[in-house]
Amino acid sequence: MLKDITIGQFFPGNSIIHKLDPRFKIVITLIFIVMLFVGSKFACLAIGALYTFLAIMLSGIPFKMFLKSVKPLLPFLIITALINLFLVGTGDVLWSWKFLKITTGGVNLSVFMLARIVLLIMGSSLLTYTTSPITLTDAIERLLSPLKKLKFPVHELAMMMSIALRFIPTLIEETDKIISAQKARGAEIDSGSFTTRAKNLVSILVPLFVSSFRRADELATAMECRCYNGGDGRTRLRQLKSARRDYVALAVTVFFLAGIIAADKLLPF
Amino acid sequence: MSNIIEIRDLHFSYDTESEKPAEVLKGIDLDIAEGEFVAVLGHNGSGKSTLAKHINAILVPTSGKVLVDGIDTADEGRLFELRQRAGMVFQNPDNQIVSSIVEEDVAFGLENLGVPYEEMRQRVDDALRAVNMYEYRLHSPSQLSGGQKQRVAIAGIIAMRPRCIILDEPTAMLDPQGRKEVLAAVHMLNREHGITIILITHYMDEAAQCGRVVVMDKGRVVLDDKPERVFSQVDTLKKIRLDVPQVTELAWELKKAGCDISPEIISEEECVEALVRLLGVRP
Repeated sequence: MLKDITIGQFFPGNSIIHKLDPRFKIVITLIFIVMLFVGSKFACLAIGALYTFLAIMLSGIPFKMFLKSVKPLLPFLIITALINLFLVGTGDVLWSWKFLKITTGGVNLSVFMLARIVLLIMGSSLLTYTTSPITLTDAIERLLSPLKKLKFPVHELAMMMSIALRFIPTLIEETDKIISAQKARGAEIDSGSFTTRAKNLVSILVPLFVSSFRRADELATAMECRCYNGGDGRTRLRQLKSARRDYVALAVTVFFLAGIIAADKLLPF
Repeated sequence: MSNIIEIRDLHFSYDTESEKPAEVLKGIDLDIAEGEFVAVLGHNGSGKSTLAKHINAILVPTSGKVLVDGIDTADEGRLFELRQRAGMVFQNPDNQIVSSIVEEDVAFGLENLGVPYEEMRQRVDDALRAVNMYEYRLHSPSQLSGGQKQRVAIAGIIAMRPRCIILDEPTAMLDPQGRKEVLAAVHMLNREHGITIILITHYMDEAAQCGRVVVMDKGRVVLDDKPERVFSQVDTLKKIRLDVPQVTELAWELKKAGCDISPEIISEEECVEALVRLLGVRP
């Protein structure tokens, strides 16, 4: 039952987006976010949308997966749109009732914000859809490595993340076993009132925690036995190599960013 | 041949600070020659795992000395050198695999030692081929069976090119198929690569296949000899709650009943042969 959970929603593939160096992908995603927020005109958003859809097409991942990524945030989107719709008072009044009124300025802004956030979600989903969590961790470690000079524990954080990723399937399997074991002893996990179920959850969490501590202890010993000594002087099997396509992708992104800034300055709306 | 492991009067107690320290090892002397395949047998609480942990300095002696390839395990300055030479495989394969990708896990020890990329690639591939797991190098450990995971763990150790491997009940959590795979890999490493193996186990049949068996009880070495001679001491073994292989027990019972049969029988083939001789029939 729990086995079907996918973490980070990675879709393995062989597209050019998949093949990009993960470090570049992270940087490009950051530029993309700037890109969406730097302009305040519809033309800027149109260019941003063009960029997003182009990238989605190149990734070869079905478009409906990106719509799915927006779904969990729908309530938040609706609230944002409504607040903008009713509380912005600029432009001509279109409709009013008592203290509520809708103006052209409000309509414009709520549509603009809605489109901007949807693009933001879709574009950043592309990063996690096309990069495996472990590669992503690796890339973050390397991008943050200059912070090591400030005694920021970059390697330790990345190691923790990758061990967490490694143990997610193991712990899911274990949780499944514990649930079955407790059910066999008569625990109600799927039925009963909300409070009974919440109470019964304790009977799953306690054994799970106990066994996790034991695992952590054994893993630490095993790591020490294999000469683990923190990040200093470590070499890596996984080599991140930037290729020509990474620079091309970066250049295209910067070009779009420039386009948006120009559009924001030159175009009327 | 020179000794790769020399243990001299090893005592070890947990909680040395408390008033009644629990002494787990009570004076152990043991020499293991390079290239040997030694099984360490013992009941729960006999101190066999504690002894194993002394060989690569997870624990250091309360008194006495442990030398591995000439390195004193109490010498903290040479800890990594020591652990590279004496690798350790644990019981639970899940709790010793660090990475989500098989080949990266095998590389973990080499990464820690700072081995350059080209050499690391070569050693990882060699290690995976040695345990017959090369085709699984890009798999996630969660997709593998217990026996496969344990072989990955072994590959992670042999990539470090150790001279000796200590396996602490490596097959205790595996199904029969997994046990077979792991033991075959370990025997191959001993035979073809000359790696000294110390196999901690409570399976008699695993011990019977080794070149030498050390039996421990209550923190002491009770027996230390070739498997057939160890298992022929059925009385002693029963006293410390250890079983003997079925065929050995049969021979022993027959001998007790007055039959002319050697009690030094550890394999089914030997047993059949002896019985045929005893009965004077042709199979």
